[in-house]
Amino acid sequence: MDATVAENQSTNTWSGGENPLGASYGKMMMWFFIMSDALTFSGFLGAYGLMRFKFIDTWPIADKVFTHVPFVHGDYPMYYVAFMTFVLIFSSVTMVLAVDAGHHLKKGKVTFYMLLTIIGGLIFLGSQAWEWTHFIGGENGAVQLQDGKIVQFVNAKGHQVKLEDFAAPKTDERIQLTSSKGLWFMSEPALVPVNLEQVLKGFDSHPELNLRLEKIDLKTKEKLIVSHAEAAKYLAEAKQVVKGANLHVNEYGKTLFGDFFFFITGFHGFHVFSGILINCIIFFNVIIGTYERRGHYEMVEKVGLYWHFVDLVWVFVFTFFYLV
Amino acid sequence: MTTTATSHKALIWKVFGILSIITIAEVILGITKPAFLHLTFVAGTSLLNIIFLILTLVKAYFIAWFFMHLAQEKKSLRRAIVWTVFFLIFYLATLLLIEGGYLEKIELHYTNWNY
Repeated sequence: MDATVAENQSTNTWSGGENPLGASYGKMMMWFFIMSDALTFSGFLGAYGLMRFKFIDTWPIADKVFTHVPFVHGDYPMYYVAFMTFVLIFSSVTMVLAVDAGHHLKKGKVTFYMLLTIIGGLIFLGSQAWEWTHFIGGENGAVQLQDGKIVQFVNAKGHQVKLEDFAAPKTDERIQLTSSKGLWFMSEPALVPVNLEQVLKGFDSHPELNLRLEKIDLKTKEKLIVSHAEAAKYLAEAKQVVKGANLHVNEYGKTLFGDFFFFITGFHGFHVFSGILINCIIFFNVIIGTYERRGHYEMVEKVGLYWHFVDLVWVFVFTFFYLV
Repeated sequence: MTTTATSHKALIWKVFGILSIITIAEVILGITKPAFLHLTFVAGTSLLNIIFLILTLVKAYFIAWFFMHLAQEKKSLRRAIVWTVFFLIFYLATLLLIEGGYLEKIELHYTNWNY
């Protein structure tokens, strides 16, 4: 175990046992891994920034997209993400308290704080799963035009309206094709709740509705709204009804927005997931007394570094995805 | 390591307090979006975004220095880590954002909003 432990210094520098930069081998390698991982994440966020600047006048506005809190109806932009951020910061605090207790060789306290850290991580992961579900399922629905642009429907006050709330009643008998109904093993993606014909007919019979474009007025930083009369020109180009999000199209606007959301928060979520796994391993090692016998809790510290890094990345994802 | 172990509990809770206050400030600014910050352009983006960026870097500093114990490491190790990451990311981000602004100018010619 000599290689992983900050041991007493030998008298001869060249005979081994020295710790370059005053850090043990394991800790320094964890730092090197964190640095390379930080550069990976900066590559992703940098690509996001590139596309954000390229489509600066059409990018979706984050607090119009993430407006939901579990069990609560209505628009509450960003509250839930803020809650997630707090959970992650707090689990970082319990992690550093575990490291601190480890320095004093207090096994009971290390166990307790590690457990709290794992629970915090699980709450965060659950929240992210909820947010993904909501993002994928969608809320109001939108219409995609032939050239790929997304148009959304808003009422006179500028609030978005659900497609089902104004669409004309169903006329066709189109049902979902599943492998049990088909001749061969055929199936199709889930049908949208209302079809294009219903939406267009419903829009005509609701003169109070307007159309919201992807385009942003850079002076007010609000999406442009097209009046009901003018909207016909846009809807003449309508291609399909879009509900929710996938990698090809999403109801919030730019496809790239959804792609980056899945990719960056997914990659971060995977880090949280593996962090929880590693934390669990260390947690059980603490319980069975591995580090007690080893005489130090440096392993907790190294895993702590990784966990804090995950928190650190979230701080940046939170800023660049939800705030900026 | 165990010989010099002093408890940092008070410091840890203080850092948690600072991080919480900064996060709350960010969320309030993000929800209200005060017009004089949101619509003022500075250095290629809004003043509000610059504030968010600064607050984020402050948070990153507190996490790295006090939670990841960079404050206690030797100066040489700390600089090897922080300077490398900071300058590489700063360089990458600067070039990508400049390029993004350029791509936008080109993109404008190919996007049609007349229907």
